[in-house]
Amino acid sequence: MDDKQLSEIFKSEYSNLIAVLSNYYGLTDLQLAEDIVSDTFLRALKAWSHKGIPEFPKAWLRKVAQNLLNEHYRRKKIYDEKITPELGAGNQQFNITEITDKIIEDSQLHMIFVLCDPKLKIESQLCIALRILCGFNIEEIAGALLSNKETINKKLYRAKKVIKERDRVETDLTSKQYVDRLDNVLRVIYLMFNEGYYSGKNEENVRYEMCWEAIRLGLFLSEQKIFPKQKIYALIALMCFHASRLEARTSGENGDLLYHEQDKRKWNKDLIQKGRKYLNLSAVGNSVSKYHLEAAIAYWHTEETEGKWNNILQLYNKLLTIDYSPVIAMNRTYALARANSVDEAIQEAHKLELKDNHHYFCLLAELYHMNNNSDKETEYLNKAIEFATKENEKELINNKLEKASR
Amino acid sequence: MKNFMMLFHSEPNPDLDPTPEQLQEEVKAWQDWMGGIGAQGKLKNPGEALGFEGKTMHADGSVTDGPYAEVKEIVGGFIIVAADSIEEAIQLGKGCPALGIGGKVEVRDIMILDGM
Repeated sequence: MDDKQLSEIFKSEYSNLIAVLSNYYGLTDLQLAEDIVSDTFLRALKAWSHKGIPEFPKAWLRKVAQNLLNEHYRRKKIYDEKITPELGAGNQQFNITEITDKIIEDSQLHMIFVLCDPKLKIESQLCIALRILCGFNIEEIAGALLSNKETINKKLYRAKKVIKERDRVETDLTSKQYVDRLDNVLRVIYLMFNEGYYSGKNEENVRYEMCWEAIRLGLFLSEQKIFPKQKIYALIALMCFHASRLEARTSGENGDLLYHEQDKRKWNKDLIQKGRKYLNLSAVGNSVSKYHLEAAIAYWHTEETEGKWNNILQLYNKLLTIDYSPVIAMNRTYALARANSVDEAIQEAHKLELKDNHHYFCLLAELYHMNNNSDKETEYLNKAIEFATKENEKELINNKLEKASR
Repeated sequence: MKNFMMLFHSEPNPDLDPTPEQLQEEVKAWQDWMGGIGAQGKLKNPGEALGFEGKTMHADGSVTDGPYAEVKEIVGGFIIVAADSIEEAIQLGKGCPALGIGGKVEVRDIMILDGM
């Protein structure tokens, strides 16, 4: 049995099954839904290790999950009929229908909104949405939210408890609630896309699926009449621009750090067109969100005109006034080198002090490379390699080291 | 980390009539300088730029023209930065375009009031 294939199937089906099961439970017991899914996977593992992966593994999983669900309700029914009438409760009716793609789609989106409940702290909302909907493991959530495993575990535990302790979870949201929760939902989609886009090379296929899934959710949202559209369009534009480069990134020249290393001929023109379309659509009204700025930066990278780099620099400057992250700071410094001067950028780069970040040392190396200072370039590439963790990144740095010493 | 406000003072120059290019350059200088502070994660609030229209209200109820009562300088804008000390805040202030045109940068700590 192919372990990699198996983990791919489990990962992609995890969130689907959870979403559907939780909807049946009225979302109150996420733990129970997770238990049923785990049980399903366990049975799959046992059965498939003997007979191999079936022809339609997803259908197999759905069927088993459904059976387990039925079994649970049979027990619950006995409990309800024999015991709860005495207590005057248990009036819920459950109709088990077949788990189809349509039901999954509706359940998932609906569930993001339910989980992005303002009664939970924002970080907890994100944790639980990433866990349940995107099938992230604890480590991935910690990575996406720049936190650590212990904190995430605690947050998840508390969030599930809060949800469970409520008598009734609001599963029917008013339009105002939907609109109020939109920002957080967009953030979940954004993080989901980023995780797919920036994660390691080992599990490429699954990861790219996550990018497409995020775009699909974004498009689905944009079709819903109740929402103001600007931010949604901006986010879709941003994702389209980035996704247009997915292929260029896998072609060996890993462009994890900066755009300029990629082979532009491999960029997907259809997606760039779509990005432009949505960026235009997003430019209505006065509000400029982080997504607008990031989409505009991604747009300029597809252009080759004079003033391009200054535009990019100014957008990064603006972005830094509403949102700081080391990645933005480093990209801004690179733009500074292209728009103003390399010397100025080197000066600014030394002020960043991101002392344990290999991307930071790669950036310094790149800047010295632009200045034809191969001694300094080598020095910083060597530092970068100390802090790089992924094999493909080490390889990339080694290649640069070789070139620098020539 | 504490927060500090930077206030930009300059003397208004009535003869100043910048070309669009000069204006654009000045805007860029400010954006680049603030972006540099932002890149260090130390820009707490991008603040506001102040215009030239202003009046001053006095305790006796009178209102005089101009944002400046007796002094010639006017406050042209402010930002809020984060720094460990006022010395570090001063370091961040270096390169501020206000200094390039004969203006001043006033750096003030922002008080933390308990119970508020």
